[in-house]
Amino acid sequence: MKKKLVMIGNGMAGVRTIEELLKLQPDGYEITIFGNEPHPNYNRIMLSTVLQGDKSIDDIIMNDWDWYKSNDIQLFAGEEVVEIDKEKKQVISEQGRKVDYDELIIATGSSSFILPVPGSDKKGVVGFRDIHDCEMMIKDSRKYKKAAVIGGGLLGLEAARGLLNLGMEVDIVHLMPHLMERQLDETASGMLKKELENQGMNFLLEKQTQEILGEERVTGLRFSDGTEIQADLVVMAVGIRPNVQLAKDSGIYVNRGIVVNDYMETDVPNIYAVGECAEHREIVYGLVAPLYEQGKVLAANLAGVSANPYEGTICGTQLKVSGCDLFSAGEIGDDEGTKSIKVHNEFDGIYKKVVIRDNRIAGIVLYGDTKDSNRLFRMLTKREDISGMTSVSILEASGCCGGGEAGDVAAMADDELVCGCNGVTKGTIVDAIRTNELTTVDEVGGCTNAGRSCGRCKSLISDILAYTLGDQYDTSAKKAGICGCTTLSKDEIVAEIRAKGLTNVREVMNVLGWSQEEGCSKCRPAINYYLGMVNFDGYKDERDSRLVNEKMHANIQKDGTYSVVPRMYGGVTTAADLKKIAEVAEKYDVPLVKLTGGQRIGLFGVNKEDLPAMWEDLGMPSGYAYGKTLRTVKTCVGEKFCRFGTQDSMGLGIELEKKFERLDTPHKVKMGVSACPRNCAESGIKDIGFVGVDGGWEIYIGGNGGTDLRAADLLETVKTKEEALEITGAYLQYYRETAAYLERTAPWLERMGLDHVKEVLADENMRKQLNERLDMTLERYKEPWQEAITDNGIKEKYYQVRKVTVE
Amino acid sequence: MMMKETMVRIKLTDFDSLPVGAGQAVTVNGENIVLFRIYNGEVKAVENRSPHRKGGTLADALVSGKFIYCPVYDLKISLEDGKVQAPDTGEVKTFKVEVIENEVYLQI
Ligand SMILES: Cc1cc2nc3c(=O)[nH]c(=O)nc-3n(C[C@H](O)[C@H](O)[C@H](O)COP(=O)(O)OP(=O)(O)OC[C@H]3O[C@@H](n4cnc5c(N)ncnc54)[C@H](O)[C@@H]3O)c2cc1C
Ligand code: SF4
Ligand code: FES
Repeated sequence: MKKKLVMIGNGMAGVRTIEELLKLQPDGYEITIFGNEPHPNYNRIMLSTVLQGDKSIDDIIMNDWDWYKSNDIQLFAGEEVVEIDKEKKQVISEQGRKVDYDELIIATGSSSFILPVPGSDKKGVVGFRDIHDCEMMIKDSRKYKKAAVIGGGLLGLEAARGLLNLGMEVDIVHLMPHLMERQLDETASGMLKKELENQGMNFLLEKQTQEILGEERVTGLRFSDGTEIQADLVVMAVGIRPNVQLAKDSGIYVNRGIVVNDYMETDVPNIYAVGECAEHREIVYGLVAPLYEQGKVLAANLAGVSANPYEGTICGTQLKVSGCDLFSAGEIGDDEGTKSIKVHNEFDGIYKKVVIRDNRIAGIVLYGDTKDSNRLFRMLTKREDISGMTSVSILEASGCCGGGEAGDVAAMADDELVCGCNGVTKGTIVDAIRTNELTTVDEVGGCTNAGRSCGRCKSLISDILAYTLGDQYDTSAKKAGICGCTTLSKDEIVAEIRAKGLTNVREVMNVLGWSQEEGCSKCRPAINYYLGMVNFDGYKDERDSRLVNEKMHANIQKDGTYSVVPRMYGGVTTAADLKKIAEVAEKYDVPLVKLTGGQRIGLFGVNKEDLPAMWEDLGMPSGYAYGKTLRTVKTCVGEKFCRFGTQDSMGLGIELEKKFERLDTPHKVKMGVSACPRNCAESGIKDIGFVGVDGGWEIYIGGNGGTDLRAADLLETVKTKEEALEITGAYLQYYRETAAYLERTAPWLERMGLDHVKEVLADENMRKQLNERLDMTLERYKEPWQEAITDNGIKEKYYQVRKVTVE
Repeated sequence: MMMKETMVRIKLTDFDSLPVGAGQAVTVNGENIVLFRIYNGEVKAVENRSPHRKGGTLADALVSGKFIYCPVYDLKISLEDGKVQAPDTGEVKTFKVEVIENEVYLQI
């Protein structure tokens, strides 16, 4: 019969111990776990990121319910153990459940220490320890504005950052004259304070909280110097207190924590303690790295495998607040016995200090640049003799010129720590990659646990992957599929569509083995585009695979209303059209009428059920202000009116827009036509732009006025309008055939190279063929607004809103 | 147990009139709901509100299997439990829908 193992506490250290045990001896025990939180095991460290809004609670679950099931572990979640009966070898839960054990692990962790000042029991006073605390802060932030965090240590600062992100004003109250005084010296602490003040935190240093004010709910704090501040939420982050009451009541020897020996055994036979509730050689740890080491030793002990005893850990610390890169370990102060090397570059905000005692590194403080932390920390933990080294070589990694990340990886010794939280070295990771053919950071985590706690080491793991796999990693990275549903690249998909003669989206996904049967919002529009590009002769567009704006033929706004922008070829309109637009705006109560950046009139804030009727009243074609297609052709007034113009810019613009409107392109395309080099239509930042010069047009390509500004490149100069249209057709078609979906012409041109594109477009035969395919493609488009007005099916499917009432 | 007895069934529409793959917005007694007839033939209903903090509606979402992609912010939302899929977060209410002889009913 299997022995019975019971564990009290379902937290990080405890569950890690079980994981290690299952690795050593999968069937050794019948395992029961009690956890008084109603969740499966989660990554407590990541609560800071949950509060800061970067992760959700689901994201931080480490072992979900299925994990317990598949490992045959009986989990009682949300059930507290209230008694340990040593004699009967039995634990009893608050619900009265009794479970026998042969071996018992106590892994009850710790709780937030709540200052015993008057008022600390008021509503709105929380610790920062578990999901419940986190949820409460998030909820309160919706109602209240002012928060105070008591405690300027690691946890307090992470909480403060989260509260700022939640839109609260935050005061941080700290007893000491500087922040994180246990990890940072004055200089580093001052730099940190400045950075955090820039981020919007307000510090009240050397303040001792005397009372928490308020009736039922907190309204403020009073300090021992008599001053007061307002606060509607108070977060206590002044320390933790090991959860030892249960052990104490059961007669297990407890000092500050549950006292254990080097094998995590308490003074009672068959009872062990691990994690933040345990005290080992007079130290109670509060970071996972040492706790995981303890877990490993305990697992070996339970599995009956011989292992080295646990002898204590030196901890390194970093802060999980963006904008603050800091690392600290060991002794940070100076005394007679120490010397230190310091670099302080105020200009770049970098500070490094290495404290040396007896020719060995005894402490490290890094601020602003922590890339040497692993190397220095290893030298510290290994007690490496550094007498032969110069101060520069201690502070700077080996290698002549600093080197890039990849170079650093090559220079790393095999026994150098990569993941501090889980104690995983480079050698272990490289071995795992080689023996198990791993290719992703997650897989490395699955095999070695590296990266599974605070996540700080993930970029280093990815560098190690790149370094170990060499070219293989590179190609697999380049080959990353167009979305999570496939590993195929754009080129492979297009090639398969051509080779296999695929004609619709479902077919592509079926034949090419999509992982999500009906695809996602990334691949569906892309496949639809590629299909339409390849099957230019009459492809039947798949409307439900379109991005929303193209599906609805109007631009969705953030409140779910739409905008209507009629075509206005070349930015030219008539008095009659203006009147009509005005009437429609009035009739439908359009909240905003605005001239757009592309020389047209936009009607914004329209309910979708009004769209078809508005289009009908307008009687104008759709302006495609929403499409991955030709948007507008912006023109200047040119020779007809302007005294500088030498060309008919409006004429060319209108012709271009009429010829290429509705054409599907990988991304939106904008054009501009100016009649002289003064360039009033800003043709130099368009996907294709024309500038009139004496006797012809200069044609510019690949410009962009959007997020990544790019000035267009001169393609060539042509004499006639006909030539300009022909070149434009060839250029657009070549872009259509070679760009990835959602790749605009500017990055496309950089990728292809201007010379290459010039060469292709200079080839007369090529130009002709491109234009032929383009012309055939253009045949298949219909005016979408007209279609929606006349086709009841479309109207009902996309635009109707039903109302149902019951008495 | 009381809950079950007071449950009501509201007729929304005919099954046949529900298009496949595009959400249909309905307002039931002032509550905004959106129905999806998904490709496998089931009908799902969720509250017609994007879980994104900036709001928006879900009727024009892209439908894929038992998931929809919010049209405004591209959040992936399960039609089974209303949960937004990682890395995004949030949740929308889901409603029980029954199809009985070509008629679509909402249970509340
Ligand atoms: C916000 C935050 C940020 C952190 N950041 C970092 C970091 O960056 N790096 C780092 O190394 N560490 C960090 N830590 C610390 C780290 O999370 C802890 O060191 C670690 O979780 C301790 O593991 P444990 O298993 O000992 O305790 P816990 O993970 O706390 O688990 C103990 C569990 O036992 C339960 N329990 C207690 N008594 C009973 C009972 N009688 N019956 C049933 N269940 C019981 C508790 O409710 C709890 O769920 C952070 C902690 C917090 C709160
Ligand atoms: S670009 Fe030249 S022709 Fe056109 S409006 Fe400006 S100045 Fe006049
Ligand atoms: S260093 Fe924290 S997970 Fe690797």
